[in-house]
Order: sequence, then structure tokens, then C-alpha cells
Amino acid sequence: MTLSNKERYAIPRQDMPTQDAHERAANFEEVALGLTWEAARLEAQRCIQCKNPHCVDGCPVGVRIPDVLLALGDGDLAAAVDALTERNSLPAVCGRVCPQESQCEARCTLGAKHEPVAIGRLERFLGDHALQQHILPAAPLEHTGRRVAVVGSGPSGLTCAVDLAKLGHAVTIFESLHLPGGVLAYGIPEFRLPRSIITAEVRTAVEHLNIELRTDHVIGTTYTLVELREDYDAVFLGTGAGLPAFMDIPGTNLNGVFSANELLTRVNLMRGYAFPEYDTPVKAGERVAVIGAGNVAMDAARSALRLQRLRAAAHPQTGPGEVHVVYRRSEAEVPARREEYTHAVEEGVVFDFLTNPVAVLGDGGRVTALRCVRMELGEPDESGRRRPRAVAGSELDLVADTVIFALGTSPNPLVFTGAANLDRSRWGTVLADEATGRTHLEGVWAGGDVVTGAATVISAMGAGKAAAADMHTFLLAHAPKGPSRLEASPGTVRSADA
Amino acid sequence: MYAVRRTQALTGATGLIEVVAPHVARSARAGQFVIVIAGEHGERIPLTIADHDRDRGTITLVVQAVGKSTEEMLTLEAGDAFTSVAGPLGHPTKLARHGTVVCVAGGVGVAPIYPIARDLKAVGNHVVSVLGARRADLLFWQDRMARVCDEVVVCTDDGSAGRRGLVTDPLVERLQRMSDAGEPMPHVWAIGPTIMMRAVSRATEPFGAPTTVSLNTIMVDGTGMCGGCRVSVSDGAKFVCVDGPEFDGHDVDWDNLLGRITYYRPEEREALEAAHARHTGCVRETVALR
Ligand SMILES: Cc1cc2nc3c(=O)[nH]c(=O)nc-3n(C[C@H](O)[C@H](O)[C@H](O)COP(=O)(O)OP(=O)(O)OC[C@H]3O[C@@H](n4cnc5c(N)ncnc54)[C@H](O)[C@@H]3O)c2cc1C
Ligand SMILES: Cc1cc2nc3c(=O)[nH]c(=O)nc-3n(C[C@H](O)[C@H](O)[C@H](O)COP(=O)(O)OP(=O)(O)OC[C@H]3O[C@@H](n4cnc5c(N)ncnc54)[C@H](O)[C@@H]3O)c2cc1C
Ligand code: SF4
Ligand code: SF4
Ligand code: FES
Repeated sequence: MTLSNKERYAIPRQDMPTQDAHERAANFEEVALGLTWEAARLEAQRCIQCKNPHCVDGCPVGVRIPDVLLALGDGDLAAAVDALTERNSLPAVCGRVCPQESQCEARCTLGAKHEPVAIGRLERFLGDHALQQHILPAAPLEHTGRRVAVVGSGPSGLTCAVDLAKLGHAVTIFESLHLPGGVLAYGIPEFRLPRSIITAEVRTAVEHLNIELRTDHVIGTTYTLVELREDYDAVFLGTGAGLPAFMDIPGTNLNGVFSANELLTRVNLMRGYAFPEYDTPVKAGERVAVIGAGNVAMDAARSALRLQRLRAAAHPQTGPGEVHVVYRRSEAEVPARREEYTHAVEEGVVFDFLTNPVAVLGDGGRVTALRCVRMELGEPDESGRRRPRAVAGSELDLVADTVIFALGTSPNPLVFTGAANLDRSRWGTVLADEATGRTHLEGVWAGGDVVTGAATVISAMGAGKAAAADMHTFLLAHAPKGPSRLEASPGTVRSADA
Repeated sequence: MYAVRRTQALTGATGLIEVVAPHVARSARAGQFVIVIAGEHGERIPLTIADHDRDRGTITLVVQAVGKSTEEMLTLEAGDAFTSVAGPLGHPTKLARHGTVVCVAGGVGVAPIYPIARDLKAVGNHVVSVLGARRADLLFWQDRMARVCDEVVVCTDDGSAGRRGLVTDPLVERLQRMSDAGEPMPHVWAIGPTIMMRAVSRATEPFGAPTTVSLNTIMVDGTGMCGGCRVSVSDGAKFVCVDGPEFDGHDVDWDNLLGRITYYRPEEREALEAAHARHTGCVRETVALR
């Protein structure tokens, strides 16, 4: 039964069911619940199978979207999963965290007159289905005798590793933390991306392809890049941009001031929300101020809110608490994804727009308030956004016992210790060819946030993919170096399990 | 998992744990630390590499029980294992010939200072060490220190071993003597409780004796990612895990640091009490079963 385009236009875009806003603000369970099979199939049938599918141009890894949607619309789940995983090795992750509205869905032809196809939601549906059904990626090709070191197990490193392993190269991933996933594991909260999904998706990719995962290896100190380069046939750097920034204002070292990274690491990686069942403590006070309004700020604010609600439920004598997001521009300029911003508002996060911190105030070493000035918007700046400027005499103190900086991050320089003369920009990012990820050091590639600065999961995956393709050509053109001298420590090799 | 090869009680609340971690042992140097996790629900705990053996691929940790995680670590035995051992982390101690150096250790600080004293001696310094503890039974590794130092001075708060008093007493006397004799000031290393490192830094300042301290801040990742280990020094905030752990003691904002290391104290107490309650619960159950 083929539908006419008219019939397809008539199908409404399927809504994503979510947990009730009031309830979810007091738990760390996933907010978006996932489409049903019927809804997913209907949604896929909205696609009109464009001859020239612009949606694909919007996807950094080039998922063959129309093929995926056609198979799904026909009810052929296996074929849909196949078409999807051919380009994307982490679909359950991407379906949840890709900024689809500015990528594939932004380019969807339907978007002009109707609403775009909900590509992300369908990708999540298929990714989850593949995990439930234990659908595995294609088996690796015959072994090439080449060995590759991938530094960092975030989306860029994982994608690069998976693609190279599929082509028959022996891949070892070196990760400094005790769990793989990069920002997926330590940054993005459970209520947007459950840990079980990352674990399962990484395990499927890693175990099936025999990728060796060596956690607890800090490249720069455990081994240097120079050592890896001498030992392996090729090296990929996907170390991300994990170094948090603090504002250069007085009082940032007071007790109660921390980075969003610290809060999120305690909550996600270390499961601090389940303290004391898990040993790592985390605390969000009764009056939390989060500075910044990007995705990281939304995650920090919504995590803090949940910690407050959980505490209030356990200790009814304490106040319910309040979380403020302090942002120097207005609502229209909020850089976070719209969906995350809306979710934060629904859950009760308070937004103080046109407000800029000038000092953290304290008493006895602890934060008591955030001193701010009111801002107004002036002429547009280079980015096209109206430049905020301070309103004279508008100082105000926002009462706070916790101040969280969510101002963006830069590459962690640790990996560059003993990295010879790897060229970097003045922002500390690695200089690499945009199309191939090649650095100036022969045999060393880089991609993801360590090259671009903080960006997106899917752009990091795209970079990992592009590098893998170029590395493959290089590897086959060079004689293999033979067995490794950097043998694994007993204990460091582990699977993806938490 | 990282197997525990050997354990040894050093004092009532301090124990030695030798762990198999060849990836750390191969490049570990004096002054560096590891981050370990003891169990599946464990937290990331920074511990100094007190010794290493490259041939056997092991590192030696000396742990003082101060809270839940460290208390549980001291129950580990040979054959048990750590979930995670990452490192080596932090900058190694800069080894140079200073002439005379004084290594001041308070309590468990003797463990982290031992490899520093040993290596400072190996590059040709005259190494004097001052070891302090509250009581005689809290002292350990005097023999090890004696092997690598030219002089060892022991002091206890109550006089139960060595001379009575604080580590700063013999230190100040020594500096005064050297100063009176017109000798160049020695380089001082101090490792121990934060209060003690502050006291040493304050004591050496009037003499202009360069003083290196190894800071024990709260840490999460230990790789520069969270900023939880921030410390204020004269040119702003530094991350102890990647910029340190050694700093110029005359440059540290001690009051800020003393405040910051207590931030999670109520939660830590809660965790410890919960753990103790669970354990007593178990004991009662076993008793009841009998
Ligand atoms: C809180 C938060 C929320 C976000 N939300 C979204 C979102 O919703 N959608 C989206 O698309 N993007 C989001 N992003 C951005 C996205 O997560 C990143 O762009 C992406 O993860 C970058 O991938 P990567 O592989 O380059 O680096 P990372 O994910 O940062 O991974 C780098 C890995 O390298 C390891 N490493 C670093 N140094 C070393 C070393 N010396 N030796 C060994 N290992 C090392 C790190 O431990 C880490 O595991 C978010 C980011 C944050 C922080
Ligand atoms: C670079 C570095 C090297 C270290 N080396 C060693 C070592 O070799 N041996 C060793 O026994 N310990 C060492 N420590 C300290 C050790 O990490 C802490 O004692 C440990 O994290 C406490 O964990 P816990 O859960 O048992 O106690 P918690 O429950 O976390 O704390 C119990 C009590 O100790 C205090 N406390 C917690 N952490 C510290 C700290 N870092 N310094 C001072 N007081 C603290 C708390 O405020 C609390 O009152 C080192 C710390 C750092 C940063
Ligand atoms: S990977 Fe992301 S950008 Fe690409 S199709 Fe899927 S949701 Fe869209
Ligand atoms: S642009 Fe939209 S309608 Fe066209 S193929 Fe892509 S998803 Fe389907
Ligand atoms: S411990 Fe996280 S930055 Fe130092």
C-alpha cells in the first residue's frame, strides 16, 4: 500500500511522550519516553522520499535518512536498522542528543510548508530496538596487521575506533577515566541519556569488533603521544574539550562555587545523586545560581533542581529550593536547544535574563550571594546577536549558596605533555585538516571537540569517521610496525560496563 | 581490576597497600599520585605513589583512614582488588641540587615524602628529615627514612617518642642556626595535614627558606576536568591535580584552602555513619544466627 504525498502530508508529526514535568523534576529518570511502534511507523510514513534529500546534507555522518525511513514506514525494522547503523554506530545516543532541529530536520523539505519529519525520534526508536534485539554491526573484515591507538573514548574516538575495526585494523582505545563515553558518560545527565543506553551501545560496538579498551590511562603521563606514535601504526586524538572556564570576577574560589563539569561529573559519572549508596557526595544548596544558558547550563540547572527536590523529599524540614539561570542576553538569544530550555522552564528553573554577574559574595569562606548588573541589548555584534551592555547603577544581589559556572570549555592540555611539536591554535585546539583530521605530525590524526572546541556529539562522530577513512588509506600504504611493546596492564582492559 | 599484592598495617589507622599497576609503575616519579576506586560504588580517591617497583609492576600506597572510602580500603587484603588505578598524575618533584634540604612530614605525610627525600638524596643533597606525629604509635617508616636521609629528627606532640613538640620547633631551630652561621637557607619540603603545611610555610617565611608543599585538596577526576581541586595562589586559581600537587608554600592562600577542604564534611560524616550502621547491623545478624 503506497500512500500519496497528500496522504503523507495529512499525517501529523508524532509527539514525543514525556514524563510529567512535576514528577520528573524529582527523579533522574529519562524525560522523553520514546515513540510507540505505531507512532514511529506513522511518523516514518510522513517522509515523501525526496529525489534530492536535503536532510542527508544536514547530517554530519551522512545517515541515508530516506532509506531508513522507507524501510521503517514499510515495517521492515531489520532493514531500517541496517541502513541506519551503516553510517551511525551510536543511533540510540544520537537520536536522543543530536540537535536535530538545526541539522537533519532543519533541512527536511517538509519543514517549508509542514513540520519536518521527526528524524531524531525515529533514530532513537530504531537505536533502542537494535539494542533490545541485540542486533550487531557487520563483522570485521580480515585482519590487516595494522594497530591503531585511539586516545579518548568520547563520540569522536569511539566512531573512529569502530570504523577502523570494521575495516580489519586492531584498535586500542586509551581513556583516562574509569568508564568510556566521554561527555556522554560524565556530562549529559541520565534524564536525557540513560547510562544503560551508553553502556549497551558502547558494549555492542566495542565487544563485537574486538576493540581493546584501556581505561585509567592518562595519555601525557601514563604514556606520551610520542610513545604511542612510535608503537602504533597510527594514532587518533579525540580527547575533547574538557577544561572548564571560570569567570574572572572576585570570589570564584569561595566554598559553594563550582564548575558545571564538577556538578555533572559527581552526578553522572559518579552517581552522586544516589549518595550515600554511591560514595561520591554532591550537593546543590537551597539557592543555586547557574551562570550561562547553553546546553551545559541547562543540564547543570536541571540536575541541581532534581537534587534539591530529592533532598526536600528526604528531609521535609528543608526548603524546596530554587534554581536560577543567570544570562546576560535575553530569551531570544538562549544558545541551548529549544527543547532543553522549554523542559527547564516546565520543571521550574527560573531564568534571570539580561543579568550579568560581577562578583561572588561570601561570608566565612562560603557563598552568600551573586552580585549582578542589569544589561540591555545594544547594536548587533559580529555574531549578529545584539550586544549586551551594563545599565549604569543597576547592581543587585541575588541570594545564593551555590554558584555554578557553565561558560564553556577548552581542550585539556594534559595530552600534549610529551606530544612533540603538535601544532595548536592560540585557543589550545589541535590544528588538523578539516576534511581528513590529519595533523602536522605524520601518523597522528585528531577530531571532535579537541579540534573544534566544544561542539556536538554528531560533529565529533563525523570527524572520527572522516579520520578513520583517511587513516585506512594511510595504514594500507605503510608497512605494519609489528607487535606492540606497550603491553596492557592486567586490570586496565575492560568492557563498557559501569 | 588491579590486584592487591600485599598489605601491611603501619599504625592503628594507617596501612600499606602494594597494588599491581604496571602502567603506572613504569613511569611513576616522586611527587606524583594516582586516583583509585576501591569498589563498584566507590569514589575516586587521590593517593600519593609512596613507592614503585618497575620490575614487578607494582606501586605502594599508604592509606590513612579518615572517612568511609579510606576506612574500607584498609580492609583490603592480598588477593582483593581495586576497581580502578589511574595515573601517574600531577607533576613530579623537581629534583635539583640545593645543598641542604629539610623534609618535614606530619603523620601519614611521611609516606609521600619518602620518595622525594630518597630522590633528593640521590641527586646529591644533604637531606635532613623531621618526622612528626601526635603519639609514638602513630609514627612509621623511621627506618626507611633513616636509610635515605643524612639526619632524621623525630618529634611527637606528647613526647612519647623523640622530642616533645611540633615539627616546626626543630625546623625553626635548624634554620636559625644556619642563618646565624651565615649559611644559605635550605630548601624545605613539607607534607602532612593542611594545618601543618601552613604552619611550616609560616615558620620558614621569615628566614626566606624556599618551601614546597604538596596539597591535599578535594578531587574528583584528577585530570583537570572538574576544577574541584582549585587553590588560590598569588597569580590566581590553580588546579592542584594538573598544576601541582606541589606549590610554593609562601604563595598559597591557606585560609581559603582550609575552608574548601571541609565543604563536603557533613556528607562525609553521613556516609561514614551509614557505613558503620550497616556493619554493626551485620554483626548483630551474625550473632543472632548463632
Ligand atoms: C553537559 C554537556 C551537555 C551536552 N549536550 C549535548 C547535546 O545534547 N547534544 C550534542 O550534540 N552535544 C552535546 N554536548 C557536546 C558534546 O557532548 C561534545 O561535543 C562531544 O562529546 C565531543 O566528543 P569528543 O569525542 O570530541 O570528546 P569527549 O566527549 O569530550 O570525549 C573525550 C574523551 O577523552 C578523554 N581524555 C581526555 N584527555 C585524555 C588523555 N590525556 N588521555 C586519555 N583520555 C583522555 C576524556 O576523559 C573523554 O572521555 C554536551 C556537552 C556537555 C559538556
Ligand atoms: C594529591 C593527593 C595525594 C594524597 N595522598 C594521600 C596518601 O598518600 N595517603 C592518604 O592516606 N591520603 C592521601 N590523600 C588524602 C586522601 O585522598 C583523602 O584522605 C581521602 O580522599 C579521604 O577519603 P574518605 O572518603 O576516606 O574520607 P572523606 O569522607 O572524604 O573525608 C573524611 C574527613 O577527611 C577530610 N578530608 C577529605 N579529603 C581530605 C584531603 N584531601 N585532605 C585533608 N582532609 C581531607 C574531610 O574533610 C573529612 O573531614 C591525598 C590527597 C591528595 C589530593
Ligand atoms: S545522526 Fe543526528 S543529524 Fe544525523 S540523521 Fe541522526 S539525528 Fe539527524
Ligand atoms: S528531506 Fe524530509 S521528506 Fe525529504 S527525504 Fe529527507 S526526511 Fe524525507
Ligand atoms: S580534580 Fe578535577 S580538576 Fe583537579
